[in-house]
Amino acid sequence: MMENLSISDPPLLGPGGMVLGPPPQPQHLPAQMFTTAAQLLDLTDKKLMVALRDGRKLVGILRSWDQYANLLLQSTKERLFVPPGYGPNPSRGLYADIERGVFVVRGENVLLLGEIDLDKDDDPPPGYDLADIELVQSLAKKCKAEDKVKEKSRLKKLATLGFEGESSGEVLL
Amino acid sequence: MLFFSFFKTLIDHDVTVELKNDIQIRGILKSVDQYLNIKLEDISVVDELKYPHLSAVKNIFIRGSVVRYVHLPAAAVDIPLLEDATRREAANQAGKAK
Repeated sequence: MMENLSISDPPLLGPGGMVLGPPPQPQHLPAQMFTTAAQLLDLTDKKLMVALRDGRKLVGILRSWDQYANLLLQSTKERLFVPPGYGPNPSRGLYADIERGVFVVRGENVLLLGEIDLDKDDDPPPGYDLADIELVQSLAKKCKAEDKVKEKSRLKKLATLGFEGESSGEVLL
Repeated sequence: MLFFSFFKTLIDHDVTVELKNDIQIRGILKSVDQYLNIKLEDISVVDELKYPHLSAVKNIFIRGSVVRYVHLPAAAVDIPLLEDATRREAANQAGKAK
């Protein structure tokens, strides 16, 4: 069904040799196909930020996927963040990238996939500075431990009130 | 499949999706599937500085299972139609149960 058009095709000429603009686009599938596969198809070969259920953020290129949204990422980096208040400058956050290479992610562990705007990708996130991996890793560990303690006491308090956390057993960060 | 159909009627409207980790993401609803996975375009994040990993993201695919609320544009919801569809769906379900 696909028409084989290329840039070198002569432009369409109307009566009297008037140029009618680009050749008509071949008819594709309906613009919206409401399936998981159709949604992921658009994201294939794009640079994505994948947030996982355990709080990790991966940045990589989506190369393949299947009906369960299992993902294959290439040139993956794990991006670690430390919020302001932990680093040497308390008003700035820190981040670091760890090279991870090829990643296969099981679909159930994915929270969200963000398509990265390559124009904005060159700048560090507002309020954050790139820092040494080891420094960020140790600060992130400390930060995570503190959060865990906080979360635990929060859940405990809620439990006494008869609430059961909707994310118990699942770290949603 | 009522909610799947319902969300399909909201395509191209501005919605705010609140996730179970309290992030609120506003964007144009572009797609939805049977699991209510949601695709938003041209997003902005409420309290953006708290979520630096989303700062360079423009389009987003959100897994249905992590959504807590979807804030809808009231003007885009046809309430009588929704009520009607809900009753029909309920009647269908009741019919199936017998």
